[in-house]
Amino acid sequence: MARRELQEINAGSMADIAFLLLIFWLVTTTIDSDEGVKRQLPPPVPPDMENPPPVRERNVFVVLVNANDDLLVEGEELKINSLKDKAKEFLIANGDGILYGDEPEDPDLPVREWVRKSAVQQKVQEYSAYVQSAESDDDKKQYQKVLDDWKDKLAAIELFGGEFKQLPGSALISMRNDRNTTYDTYLQVQNELEAAINELRDELSISKFGVPYAELEDNYERSPDELTRQRIFAVREVYPQRISEAEPQDAGAVYK
Amino acid sequence: MAQFKKNKKRESGAISTASLPDIVFMLLFFFMVATVLRTEEEMVRVVRPEASELYKIEKKHLIRYINIGPPQDARRGTEPVLQLNDDFSSPAEVQAWVENERLTINEAEQSKMWVSLKVDKDTKMGIVTDVKQELRKASALKVLYSAGRRDRTASSD
Repeated sequence: MARRELQEINAGSMADIAFLLLIFWLVTTTIDSDEGVKRQLPPPVPPDMENPPPVRERNVFVVLVNANDDLLVEGEELKINSLKDKAKEFLIANGDGILYGDEPEDPDLPVREWVRKSAVQQKVQEYSAYVQSAESDDDKKQYQKVLDDWKDKLAAIELFGGEFKQLPGSALISMRNDRNTTYDTYLQVQNELEAAINELRDELSISKFGVPYAELEDNYERSPDELTRQRIFAVREVYPQRISEAEPQDAGAVYK
Repeated sequence: MAQFKKNKKRESGAISTASLPDIVFMLLFFFMVATVLRTEEEMVRVVRPEASELYKIEKKHLIRYINIGPPQDARRGTEPVLQLNDDFSSPAEVQAWVENERLTINEAEQSKMWVSLKVDKDTKMGIVTDVKQELRKASALKVLYSAGRRDRTASSD
């Protein structure tokens, strides 16, 4: 028998082994994306709470969803794909004073009030005086907070280059669902309502600051600076996100 | 050196594939590092709904998951159930679970805890509402309804 040559180990199959490992890994792992619709739940209701004061009907945008996933919006049946437009209509109400000008009042929609520069300036002065003369630290802090708010409002007027109209404090979107509503419908409703607010915010932000609202928030999260904060405040001031969910009813309660 | 017999005739050799394993290993390691391993077994079947207004949580270590859906194991029935960590559970246990999970996050960030609800899209809201009420009682108020991405509904105007 001839002498055998000293051979290199054949590494050709190494690639196959590695591929096998790679494919195994690809198949077994699932890439979890942590994306979703964000919500802040309301704090628990204290048991001794009184009933909330009645709100004016025109100030509340009521969305009811029944067990068959049908929507009743402001007393009318509505398809889910028109919910967003309907909600936008509610939020714009009689015009925001900037993009949507000044429209005649609609008896079914809330009334936006002008935020007047002179009035805001007066408030700023007023609260500056309070902060100066506050006796305890706690008082001072509280006044300072209110003062900062008014200052931001003043900044908003500057940023928009004009006065704007504000939704009344009690204006909100209220949603209520049945225990047999499917989760998908519930989430779609939440999503559409948020889309309405986001679209209006984007529109305003793009026309005034040249960037979509979401980008403002992203930028602020990455590198907080005063101007971005004021811009975010300004946009939120015009289009606040107020989506509330009704307290779940007892089993007996049926609404259709 | 007689044993090294030189092969005089050279053929035009095949392209060397010696570096192929290295490349593939590199790919493998890339995927291993880049993917997040699912730490818990999915015991319920969750088909996520789709939404357009998504928020992405950057700090993954602050997220805790609650899964709700029909059990994977058909012997357990088809009614949606709750899964906390690696166990079937009931809404009544959510509060205690939140307290425990909070302790696994360092103190400074405990208030920033997110609860991600992974709920099957065909689930009825009853069980979800119960869980939400329990979360409120436990003061875990930051909630993320896990969803896939879709485009925003087109406006009619």
